[in-house]
Amino acid sequence: MADPLLTLSGVHTHIGPYHILQGVDLVVPRGGVSVLLGRNGAGKSTTLRTIMGLLKPSRGEIRFDGRLIGGTPTPAISRAGIAYVPENMGVFSDLTVGENMQLAATQGAFDATRLSWIKALFPPIATFWEKPAGTLSGGQKQMLAVARAIIEPRRLILIDEPSKGLAPAIVTAMTRALGELKETDTTILLVEQNFAMASALGDTVSVMDDGRVVHAGDMAELSGDAGMQERLMGLSLEVHQ
Amino acid sequence: MSETAIRPKLVAASAGDRLRKAAPLLLAPVMALAGLIAIADPATWLTLTVAGLAMGLMIFIMASGLTVVFGLMDVINFGHGAFVSVGAFVGFTVLAWLAGWTENPAVIMNLAAVFLAILASMAVTGVLGLAFERVIVAPVYGHHLKQILVTMGGLIVAQQLIHVVWGPDAIHVARPQSLRGSVIVFDAVIEKYRLFAVAIGLVLFLGMRHVLRSTKVGLLVRAGVENGEMVEALGYRIRRLFLVVFMVGSALAGLGGVMWGLYNETITAHMGSDLMVLVFIVVIIGGLGSIEGCFIGALLVGLLSNYMTFLAPKVALVSTIALMVGVLMWRPEGLYPVVKAK
Amino acid sequence: MIDRLLSGDRPNSRPLALVLIVIALALAFAPFLFPGTKSLDTAARICIFIVLVASYDLLLGYTGIVSFAHTMFFGIGAYGVALSLSALGASFTAILVGVLGGTAVAGALALAIGLFSLRVKAIFFAMVTLAVASAFAVLVSQLSTITGGEDGLTYRIPRVLTPAFKLLDMRILDVRIDGRLLAYYLVFVSALVLFLGLLRIVNSPFGRTLKAVRDNAFRAEAIGYRVIWYRTAATVLSACVAALAGALLAIWIRYTGPATTLSMEIMIDILLMVVIGGMGTMYGAMIGATLFILAQTYLQSLMGAAEHATGMLPLIPDLVAPERWLMWLGVLFIVSVYFFPDGVVGRLRSRG
Repeated sequence: MADPLLTLSGVHTHIGPYHILQGVDLVVPRGGVSVLLGRNGAGKSTTLRTIMGLLKPSRGEIRFDGRLIGGTPTPAISRAGIAYVPENMGVFSDLTVGENMQLAATQGAFDATRLSWIKALFPPIATFWEKPAGTLSGGQKQMLAVARAIIEPRRLILIDEPSKGLAPAIVTAMTRALGELKETDTTILLVEQNFAMASALGDTVSVMDDGRVVHAGDMAELSGDAGMQERLMGLSLEVHQ
Repeated sequence: MSETAIRPKLVAASAGDRLRKAAPLLLAPVMALAGLIAIADPATWLTLTVAGLAMGLMIFIMASGLTVVFGLMDVINFGHGAFVSVGAFVGFTVLAWLAGWTENPAVIMNLAAVFLAILASMAVTGVLGLAFERVIVAPVYGHHLKQILVTMGGLIVAQQLIHVVWGPDAIHVARPQSLRGSVIVFDAVIEKYRLFAVAIGLVLFLGMRHVLRSTKVGLLVRAGVENGEMVEALGYRIRRLFLVVFMVGSALAGLGGVMWGLYNETITAHMGSDLMVLVFIVVIIGGLGSIEGCFIGALLVGLLSNYMTFLAPKVALVSTIALMVGVLMWRPEGLYPVVKAK
Repeated sequence: MIDRLLSGDRPNSRPLALVLIVIALALAFAPFLFPGTKSLDTAARICIFIVLVASYDLLLGYTGIVSFAHTMFFGIGAYGVALSLSALGASFTAILVGVLGGTAVAGALALAIGLFSLRVKAIFFAMVTLAVASAFAVLVSQLSTITGGEDGLTYRIPRVLTPAFKLLDMRILDVRIDGRLLAYYLVFVSALVLFLGLLRIVNSPFGRTLKAVRDNAFRAEAIGYRVIWYRTAATVLSACVAALAGALLAIWIRYTGPATTLSMEIMIDILLMVVIGGMGTMYGAMIGATLFILAQTYLQSLMGAAEHATGMLPLIPDLVAPERWLMWLGVLFIVSVYFFPDGVVGRLRSRG
């Protein structure tokens, strides 16, 4: 794990009077999918929002590709090459699918090959290009949110619970799409509660509880070790069992 | 099996849904029709309707900036009226300098004078908006109570500064030659200036619509109104966008001030804060943050005010309040509530 | 005893306590300390505005909502008494009818506005109250057959409260003990009772809930408080007290018109008094109202002197002219909101 892409060391974040992150240490190696597991309220989404600069860390260091980014404004972090798919998907429902994609393409014009690859990955993007994004179904919105994040090559993509609230069939499709994305050498930090999806995609895994990372290791190790799963699952996945 | 899951399908908007969205569009024609029935005399009705449209469009110009500023940054500017007043006074000053042009019978000279006055007042109020945002609004982001208080303070100071520069008295503004008097259309007496105001208002509305729908800045504004965080996460600096919108909104208020000054032919330092009452009613009717709602609300208020001034002059302003109450009973967040993703 | 009167809400600062005691004593003995019609009138206005501003503080400082309709309620109280005295003649019954009627109307209107506009967004309330209050003011000046329009109403009050009435045929400390003195003490005692009543309200469980709602409406709702109910109740209470203050003004100046009760200028004065005195403190109302009215009455002549002194300079005389005092207040207001949101009271407390 030499020269990781993203490291958080001892990061604390407060939201109003609440102390949510209490010293998060997290390492995201270059390439592959890092999964962040943990039960509701463990601080996973807050971790992503802190990395993205939407919340200011009160203490600790965040390094992206060696550069300190803690406390940098969100647009600068985005332009440094981090894309973000929030839990609520952040789709602009008043804009059409095409306009949503257009705003995500910060360079101005679309890369035609990339766009057709995305349209193949997520067919509804092509079909509903002219429709307001607000009229899409939940799964389609999720696809649009991910498509927006990858319309231009990014170095790191933060995805917050892409399986949340989706039908099993759509989760399978989403897993396949993310799997294909993984082949393109993009690094993904994935927050997920669905263990099937997490273990299918993940290379490394960190488990959070009470605002800290309580376990970090290989996904394969966790998938293969029932006892460890039991111990950590108790923390993280009881809701889904 | 996953193939079926992602096969494109769109939830068709139900007829009821579509009606819900379109219903507010019908309000202005319905109001006009109701006016026709109540007034009974078509010529009088036409005069009043043009007056109402002119008034509504001028209010829309003033209100549009306020509502977008709120939608984008959740900032409510109670000092917005100051830009209206300042705009009117700057416009008056320019028109007074150009007295030779305005007293000239040539239409083109008159229009040139008015446009120069508008440009000057938009420039001044735009810059003033920049200063206002930096000095007064910026330190109180995310705090409604302080925003209301501080912008109110800004309004007081601005009004007093108008007194310092232009004196405390109301000033008479003369319309340029070719905008004086009226024309007769279908037996109805229609002031030329009102037609001019309607034309300017419509051009501005269409222009604004074009910018919001078809330019990147417009898309960003609309996206920012819904979810500012996500706009930032895509790499855009929303603060800078907001500053631009604030300046444009202030400049539009200044433009509205010039137009209103020429309409009323009298300007005072507190005309802006007086107009804010109507502006707020319009913004509330439309739904805070919604430009289409603001447009419809402005037309409704303009028409209703003029009809009521004819039918029952004493309760004209009260009737607009009643209209607001009625709309809010029907839709508690206004005609077009802005969807906030939070 | 004093602690009970203050509902346990002590000034908690020696300088603050000192200032408050000076104000209270000065008002209590104003007729004897500052003889003369103008100073007695100033003292009575201070009493009335302390109540008016304190009732506004209940809304702004304790509940965290901005209303622009406070002068409307103030005016309703004043017009209640004015109309009733004009119609029923100068009697205490007429005053009672006017006070009760005005307060009831103010309370009912506040209830309607509160239920109507507080349920959506607190920010609606500020805009809706501004619109309603302006419309009300216009309506009052239009309905001149009832309200006297812009000219307002002049009426007689019970003779016991006029200078013509002699209570004692002697002078105390060279002050005549007449009906005017009685009227002053009617104003003073009413104001005192109302102020202590407000102090009691904000220190009651109800008042503490208001603060909880102000600080975190979402959380208060989650714990089970009906936020809208508390906000509306505070609105109604503050409106009723404002109406009572209006009634006092109507009795004291024997005239009621739009300029003295309904104008936006008075609304802005109230805002300035609350913010400069200190929001959410109640005592801020005492200090804010006293400072403001003293300044309004006496400082402007000082500015006139400054205008003369700087007469040779460009622009400066314009800026220090007495008419410009509102501008400097505006600046002071903005600066206070930024840097001293606790106002004078907060400053004094941080020292004591």
